[in-house]
Amino acid sequence: MAETPDQRRNASGERGVVATDPALPPTAIDEEVREAEDRKWTPGKIALWAGIALLGGLAWFMLAIIRGETVNAIWFVFASVCTYLIGYRFYSKVIERYITRPDDRRATPAEYKADGKDYVRTDRNVLFGHHFAAIAGAGPLVGPVIAAQMGYLPGTIWIIIGVVLAGAVQDYLVMFFSMRRGGRSLGQMAREELGVIGGTAALIATLLIMVIIVAILALVVVNALGESPWGVFSVGMTIPIALFMGVYLRYLRPGKVMEVSLIGFVLLMAAIVGGGIVAETPWGADIFSLDKVTIAWGLIVYGFIAAILPVWLLLAPRDYLSTFMKIGVIVMLALAIIVVRPEITVPAFSEFASRDNGPVFPGALFPFLFVTIACGALSGFHALISSGTTPKLVEKERQTRFIGYGGMLMESFVAIMALVAAISIDRGLYFAMNSPAALTGGTVETAATWVNSLGLAGVNITPDFLAETARNVGEESIVSRTGGAPTLAVGLAHIMQQFIGGTAMMAFWYHFAIMFEALFILTAVDAGTRVARFMLQDSIGNFVPKFKEHSWRPGAWLCTAIMVGAWGAVLLMGVTDPLGGINTLFPLFGIANQLLAAIALSVCLAIVAKRGTFKYLWIVALPLAFAAVVTITASYQKIFSSTPAVGYFANNAAFSKALADGKTEFGTAKSVAAMEAVVRNTAIQGWLSVIFVVLSIIVIATALLATVKAFRNRADGTAVKDNEDPALPSRVFAPSGLIPTAAERELMAEWDKVPAELRFEKGGHH
Amino acid sequence: MAARLAVLTRGVRGVARYFGGVLGADAYAKYLEHHRAAGHGVAPLTEKEFWRDRTDRQDTNPQGRCC
Repeated sequence: MAETPDQRRNASGERGVVATDPALPPTAIDEEVREAEDRKWTPGKIALWAGIALLGGLAWFMLAIIRGETVNAIWFVFASVCTYLIGYRFYSKVIERYITRPDDRRATPAEYKADGKDYVRTDRNVLFGHHFAAIAGAGPLVGPVIAAQMGYLPGTIWIIIGVVLAGAVQDYLVMFFSMRRGGRSLGQMAREELGVIGGTAALIATLLIMVIIVAILALVVVNALGESPWGVFSVGMTIPIALFMGVYLRYLRPGKVMEVSLIGFVLLMAAIVGGGIVAETPWGADIFSLDKVTIAWGLIVYGFIAAILPVWLLLAPRDYLSTFMKIGVIVMLALAIIVVRPEITVPAFSEFASRDNGPVFPGALFPFLFVTIACGALSGFHALISSGTTPKLVEKERQTRFIGYGGMLMESFVAIMALVAAISIDRGLYFAMNSPAALTGGTVETAATWVNSLGLAGVNITPDFLAETARNVGEESIVSRTGGAPTLAVGLAHIMQQFIGGTAMMAFWYHFAIMFEALFILTAVDAGTRVARFMLQDSIGNFVPKFKEHSWRPGAWLCTAIMVGAWGAVLLMGVTDPLGGINTLFPLFGIANQLLAAIALSVCLAIVAKRGTFKYLWIVALPLAFAAVVTITASYQKIFSSTPAVGYFANNAAFSKALADGKTEFGTAKSVAAMEAVVRNTAIQGWLSVIFVVLSIIVIATALLATVKAFRNRADGTAVKDNEDPALPSRVFAPSGLIPTAAERELMAEWDKVPAELRFEKGGHH
Repeated sequence: MAARLAVLTRGVRGVARYFGGVLGADAYAKYLEHHRAAGHGVAPLTEKEFWRDRTDRQDTNPQGRCC
């Protein structure tokens, strides 16, 4: 058996420096025992993995090669789950073995910094759920739906392969390196590893990216709630429900989190049912039918208030509700898809896969499919969660593979299920819902005519069908409901009604889906605004020290107003965009998210190089190179493309010229004011793209420089300073994965015999 | 039958405990455990004080939520 780097490292002294307490049982499984266990292939184990590989292979064959008239949704489940299992069992172990090299004899921050509050050792399975709830939100539910324009196969391949080789790798590495640094944030790590220039560029990029991401998530909510009295009522009710829960937890029954979450859940269901009743009444329809601009303004005002209100009143209780719903909904969706197994009629590659003028999002498959689906395949935003919160809760170093890599696989599975739900609806309906009103005309008649004129194979919809679907889901109209959320809601309602309740329940399921998506997004908007506000306060604080005082009200309010103003402006731009907001802005969301991933992977690359792991640097370099190529190409096309639908500046020039020529309408803009709006919006979007890509290139370049420097230092024997916290001996043991291995069970039994007072060092840190 | 019921209750309790853990409902219990283990001379915070302190600290130390 080949030596692992761990063993080789013994000589250089990096390992084995941690002397654990001899009075206690070992805090880690013996290296050789684990190796032997890992490498022992019993017939049962061989049969199991051969079975998984065969089933996965068959599923991919059914999806990618056979591609009959229809394909059953169950193949998506098998293809994804089998690939995840193989990726987890084999690839993530390669990463563990050669890159992260965890050492369970070292105490984690949760142990050596234990304070019972922020640094708390948490059971690995609980932390898995906790981490998953923090990373998964509306993103994986929206991107795959929009990307379904290209057919199901490109999206499926990118989601499944992308997560195994890129997304989960990023999450795992960031989590591990942050854990080795006491739970430091990505921004702090960037500064340490890349220096002032790289660190500052990373900070500004992160701040801008957060603004874009919050704005576009908010746009998804606005699009789902526009002219939908039912949706506005039930989503609006989440605010009083959350306030009630907050007061309940603060004054009535402190700490009864489970209880209040159940009460909140019941109230939420009541709000959904109540929304249906209210929307039926003339006064309800009158009050709650709001146009998109009004809702956008409402959301902006709400966002500001929510970000300055104390956490206990609104944010914390809604977070409980959101987590509760998240796990429930995802289990429900998975069950429904497995039970109902819908037949998919969408082709593997649609007519738009080879074109760059799709109505849902413009641009060619490469690179735009890879930015449209960010969350679920590779999401830079996760780096902000994987650094900071979760690493402070990890019990043992080896568990980061399960929590970081495994947690991201789970999110990818959510993305696959969202994709299945979206493609299980009629294809004509999909295009009628997801194309901007400027194309569909906004009425059932014009939309049906327009969709049928696209010349898509097997698509022939009638105005009646569109009207009936709208009636079934309890909406006025479903034409041009862009943003992905309504399409997913129709898909989910379509699947769930076959599972529970029939057509009569469709409206409930539709609004249930809209409700949870809105809930996730509002939580992300609140938290995002707050996080961005603190980042801004700290940045300004470098020049005006007063701003660093977080309790200084004027500073806090000013910075909140700046952040809300920034995302609010982008949101309003999207809502009023004559070209259809999602269509022009969603690529920017994906580019921003993937650029953040490139930044996070750059930081990881520099760290891995500094640790002297050059042979396996490709594991980080591969996803970094891919993310960099995709986002830089996408940005390049958005900036320089001469096709107006793709390039922001080309569009800008076309509309400017039309204005200069004295035209009063041009393309989809039907008035001079609309044309001016296009000119303004495209200029802003274009310059944002320029700023993002420049900042990211700076970060990537500084990371490459740091890597080269590490390589040189290694070559001439200069010691490389690492920024890890000093290694302290651990005094606890816990298994590393979901199911403990035989050796782990044996060691756990040994630990169970240790008297309680010996198990955890007393007050060592105080 | 009674045995089956016991298994079922245990299962339901386990799920509830897991859910509670994911939501963070057991934070106070864990704090008390830590407090005991660390052997501080001072009395621990009461449940009400603990939760107040927890959300108040989140005011200045927000946790991100992803898309």
